Amino acid sequence: MLAKIRKLIVQVDETRIEMGKAVTPPTRRALAMAVIENPCAGRYEEKLDALIAIGEELGGLLGDKCVAALGIAPGQAQSYGKAAIVGEAGELEHAAAILHPKLGAPLRRAVEKGAALVPSAKKRGGLGTAIDVPLGHKDAAFVRSHFDAMEARVSDAPRANEIVVAVVVTDSGRPLPRIGGLQVHEIKGEDGLR
Amino acid sequence: MIEIRRVFTQVEDIHHEFGPVAATPLRRGAIGVVLTNPFAGRYVADILPMMDALQPLGIEMAQQLRAAMDVPVERIEGYGKGAIVGANGELEHGALWHVPGGYAMRELLGWKGDRAAYAAGKAPAAGQAGAQTGNALAIVPSTKKVGPPGAALDVPLTHINAAYVRSHFDAIEVRVPGSPLADEIVVILAMSTGARVHARVGGLKAEDIAQWNGLR
Repeated sequence: MLAKIRKLIVQVDETRIEMGKAVTPPTRRALAMAVIENPCAGRYEEKLDALIAIGEELGGLLGDKCVAALGIAPGQAQSYGKAAIVGEAGELEHAAAILHPKLGAPLRRAVEKGAALVPSAKKRGGLGTAIDVPLGHKDAAFVRSHFDAMEARVSDAPRANEIVVAVVVTDSGRPLPRIGGLQVHEIKGEDGLR
Repeated sequence: MIEIRRVFTQVEDIHHEFGPVAATPLRRGAIGVVLTNPFAGRYVADILPMMDALQPLGIEMAQQLRAAMDVPVERIEGYGKGAIVGANGELEHGALWHVPGGYAMRELLGWKGDRAAYAAGKAPAAGQAGAQTGNALAIVPSTKKVGPPGAALDVPLTHINAAYVRSHFDAIEVRVPGSPLADEIVVILAMSTGARVHARVGGLKAEDIAQWNGLR
């Protein structure tokens, strides 16, 4: 592995009741996080290829972990998102290098298809910093019922020279969606938008 | 009486903590179930019926956590439990979790004691005549608090057979974003597969457990 992983964390959040109403079937969101060493920490690096390669590796690893934790076939995944928290000795651009160039393709293989943009967030932070990972439908970004976010946080990370990389995959939208907009059954799924 | 609103599981693999990379990573897991608090907003004198009602949930949670951790029961070496009570509840509501949470995990791990006596607080002490036998002899350590949505609870972990095993003293932070709401309780179970990843402060070792009394 290229990534030097200190910790791997997988969480599943299942909502069965919201505001007293049963959610059937329950909504389920899986979050996988890797705490990795930042190979570019503490200095300005012009070329961020090492981080880009790590991003590619983690897209598949974390995507597969999420799908496995949900216990679903890859094609049953409905929405996804990604995020990174860079420790103090790193740079916001390091998060961008992990998330944007190459993480998406292996993540899309893990969830089958994935015509839509993978929504993302990034920040610098310290131990226990929380980041809200934005979520959108994997094949049509405008599906309103699947606009959501899941909070990601590791109590003892990131250290100054670490990066927390997070991927979320769900098998559902929000618990009781009822604000209209594009519906899942109306998706064409060709342009990634509708 | 038991209404489950949300189920939250987490599993982590710790490969190292800036020392030698472990050949087998330490795996720690926790499950938090968000319940409606049937006693929220008022003082209820007799809350014991909920303790019985929680028993099947405890068993289900222990099994679900073991499955999420994806290891055989034999590999579980540490455990702990806890509760976070929402703002309209009382710390004592969290205390209802001690018996059902504790015995559920101990039974899963092979404890053979008398469940009814344990629930009544009358089980013979480990090591005495008629005492529990089998695995999971040690008390399940716990913490609880009243807290806001997203409150973090540090759930203590100790060795399942001997509470004094120093390498297994640990804690796992558990937090369910958005829970508990004021009228809710989060009940928590936690388990681990071994010692702290770089344990090296001496004391009783797991392989030196000799008294089989839950302590040493």
